[in-house]
Amino acid sequence: MSAPIVISNARIVDPATNTDKRGALLVADGKIAGVSEGAPQGAPEGATLVDARGLIVAPGLIDMRVFTGEPGHEYRETLATAGEAAAAGGVTSFVLMPDTTPAVDDGAIVDFIIRRAAATAKVNVLPAAAITRGLRGEEITEFGLLKEAGAVCLADGRNSIQSAALLRAAMSYAANFDLPIVHHVAEKSLIGEGVMNEGTLATVFGLKGIPAEAETIPLARDLQLAALTGARYHAAQISTSGSVELVAAARQRGTISAGISINNLALNENDVAPYRSFFKLSPPLRSEDDRQAMIEGLKSGTIDTIHSAHDPQDTEVKRQPFAEAADGAIGLETLLAAALRLVHSGDVPLLTILRALTLRPAEILGLNSGRLAAGAPADFILLDLDFPWVVAEADIVSRSRNTAFEGARMQGAVMHTFVAGRRVFSHAAAGEFSA
Amino acid sequence: MSSPTETGTRRPFPHRNLLGISQLNQYEILDLIDRAEAMIPISRQPRKTLPTLSGKTQINLFFEPSTRTQSSFEIAGKRLGAQVTNMSVKTSSVTKGETLIDTAATLNAMQPDVIIVRHGAAGAVELLSQKVGCAVINAGDGAHEHPTQALLDALTIRQHKGSLAGLTVAICGDIANSRVARSNLLLLGAMQARTRVIAPKTLLPRGIEAMATEVFTDMREGLKGADVVMMLRLQHERAAGKLIPSIREYYRFYGLDAEKLALAKPDAIVMHPGPMNRGVEIDPAIADGPRSVINQQVEMGVAVRMAVLDALLADREVTA
Repeated sequence: MSAPIVISNARIVDPATNTDKRGALLVADGKIAGVSEGAPQGAPEGATLVDARGLIVAPGLIDMRVFTGEPGHEYRETLATAGEAAAAGGVTSFVLMPDTTPAVDDGAIVDFIIRRAAATAKVNVLPAAAITRGLRGEEITEFGLLKEAGAVCLADGRNSIQSAALLRAAMSYAANFDLPIVHHVAEKSLIGEGVMNEGTLATVFGLKGIPAEAETIPLARDLQLAALTGARYHAAQISTSGSVELVAAARQRGTISAGISINNLALNENDVAPYRSFFKLSPPLRSEDDRQAMIEGLKSGTIDTIHSAHDPQDTEVKRQPFAEAADGAIGLETLLAAALRLVHSGDVPLLTILRALTLRPAEILGLNSGRLAAGAPADFILLDLDFPWVVAEADIVSRSRNTAFEGARMQGAVMHTFVAGRRVFSHAAAGEFSA
Repeated sequence: MSSPTETGTRRPFPHRNLLGISQLNQYEILDLIDRAEAMIPISRQPRKTLPTLSGKTQINLFFEPSTRTQSSFEIAGKRLGAQVTNMSVKTSSVTKGETLIDTAATLNAMQPDVIIVRHGAAGAVELLSQKVGCAVINAGDGAHEHPTQALLDALTIRQHKGSLAGLTVAICGDIANSRVARSNLLLLGAMQARTRVIAPKTLLPRGIEAMATEVFTDMREGLKGADVVMMLRLQHERAAGKLIPSIREYYRFYGLDAEKLALAKPDAIVMHPGPMNRGVEIDPAIADGPRSVINQQVEMGVAVRMAVLDALLADREVTA
C-alpha cells in the first residue's frame, strides 16, 4: 500500500458538501482520510507532503458515456489507451458503453471488461450492460446476471429503443434490480437521412436535417414510462430546449435524471461549417438558443450530468463527405477544460460544473466516489484553473484523433490525477510533486 | 456598374476551383457569364475548336450517373483542346473500401489539370478539392450546389431578358432535394433578381426563407407576374406516397400547364435543368412549346463549361 499523502495549501472544492475553501486533503490506504481547514493536523508518519499552492483539489471526474474499441476494434481505442486519456483529462471513472464487438450483453463480457480494465486501465472502468441483446432493440438482456457480473447500469449505447412496449418491459424489469436505465433518445423515422440540426444552416449546406422532435417525442414517451414503471431513468443525453422543459416537468413524477454531452454545451451548429465531419455528432450540435437553454438547465439542476461522449473513430470513417462520415468525437482529455469555459465565461459557477462531473454521476450510479468524504476512494485531481493551452492533434493521448476541439484555446488543466490514492497522471508543466 | 467584357484586359479569375456559387461575388459571376457569352459562337462555327487548353488533362469523375452534364463537360473540354477522360465510379466500388480521399490521391498522382466531380453527398467535392493539386469543378454535390447549371441558366435568361437585375424568377418543384435550386437562388440573389420558391410544404426545406425572396405553396400565386419559370425534376420514385400522395395530384397542383403558365408574364420563359418528367412536373406541350428555352439551356451549358474551364486553366498559366 502506498504511503499516506498530505496535500496542503490547496483550494478544496467538493460539491458534496458545497465546500470551496483553503485546506488540506489527507489520503491513506487508497481512501480519503479527511479534509481539514487551514494547515493539516497530525500528518501521519512517513507521509508524502505536497504543497498544492495555487491548485484546486476536487473529486476525480466520473464520465457517464465513453466508447472504446475493446473488444473488437482495438485500433480505435483500448481500455488501456482510454484509461490514459481519461487520466490525462482528470477522469478517474468512466462508464463504458456496451457498443463493442461483441456487445456487452452477457455477464461473461462484463466480467471480461472488468478483468481487462483492472489489468490494463489506469482509471476505474464501469461497464454498462446492454438493455437489449446485440443492441438490436428486440429482446431484453439478463439484467440480474449482468448486475451480478458487475454492470453499473443498463444502456443501449448508440442505439435508441424504438418499441415503447419493449422499453416498458425493460424499465419494469430493471426496477427489480434497482438498475438505472440510461437511454439515448432518438426517433429513427424522424431522423431519417438527417445528419445535422434541422434549420437554415442545413438547408444552405444541402444537408438533411434532424428536427428537435426526433429527441423530444421519444423523451416524452420515456418519461411517461418511467413514471408508470417506477424505474430509475436517466436520459443519456439531451440537446434541445424542449427536452429541458420535459425533464423539468417530469422530475416530480419519478426518479428522473438527465445528462448532456459536453459537445452540446460548448459548441453549436455553426461549428459544422463547412462540412467539418469531426463535428458530426449524435445528438447533433443544435442552435445557439438550444445551447443557452442547456446552460440554464444545468444551472437549475434539470440537467444532472455532463459527459464527454468520448467516441474514438478512425480517419477512414471520419474523413468522409459529411453525410457519409461516422458520428462521434473523442472527448476524455478535453471534457473538463471545455466545461471550464462555462466557468470562465461567468455562465455557470465552478461548484455547479463540478457537481455535474463528479457527485451527480456517482449518486445516479450508486457509487461512493465523486466526493472528498472520509472513507471515499481517493480518486481526485489537482487542477490549475487558469492554465492556458491549445488542443493540438500531436498531443492527443487517445488512440483516435477525432477531436471536435482541434486548435481550441483552453483555460484550465489537470496537473495531477489520483485513482485510489495512486498518482496516475502528471502534467508536463506540473512542478515536482512532493514538497 | 462597370462590365468587364473587354477581352484581353480581363483580370485573371481569382479562384483555383469552382465549388459553388456561394464562393463568387456578383462581379465574378458576371465575368463568367460574359466569358461564356463569348464562347457561344465557337460551338456554332464549322470548326469548333480552340487551342486554349491543348496539352491539358481533364478528368470527369462522376460518382452519380449523368449523361447530359458529363457529355457537356466532355464536349466543352474537347472544344478547347483538352484531353478528356471519363471516369464513372459506380457507388459499389466506393463501398468496396476505397474512400473518396483515396480516389482523390490516386487521380492526383496522374497529374490532371482539372477534375470535374459529381457526387451524391453535399460537401464531397470540396473535400476532394482539398486533397488534389489541380483545379476542381463541382458538377453537383448532393443537394448542395451545381454552379455551372446556375451559370448556364443565368446566361440563358440574359439572352432573353437582357439583364438579371429586377427580374422575378419562380423556381418550382422539389426544392428540398435540389442543388439546382440552391445554386440558382444564390446566383439570382447576388444579381439582384427577385426569387420565389414554389413547392408543397413537404418539399420545402426548413429555413428556405433565408435563401429566397418569397416562398409559396400555391403555385398559381407564385407564378403571378413571373418573368422566368424554372421547373425542377421531381424524384417521383422516391417522393410518391411519402412526400406527395401521387403523381397525378402533384401534376394537378404543381405541374406546369398552359393554365398556370398564363398567370406569369406574357413573355415569361420556361426553363428546366433536365432530364424532364413530362406529365409529372411539366405538360409536354409547354416543354416543347414556343416559350420553352430548355434546349437553349443545353447549348448554353457547353458555352458556360468552356468559359469555366478557360477561366480556371488558361489564366492559371499566366499566374503560375
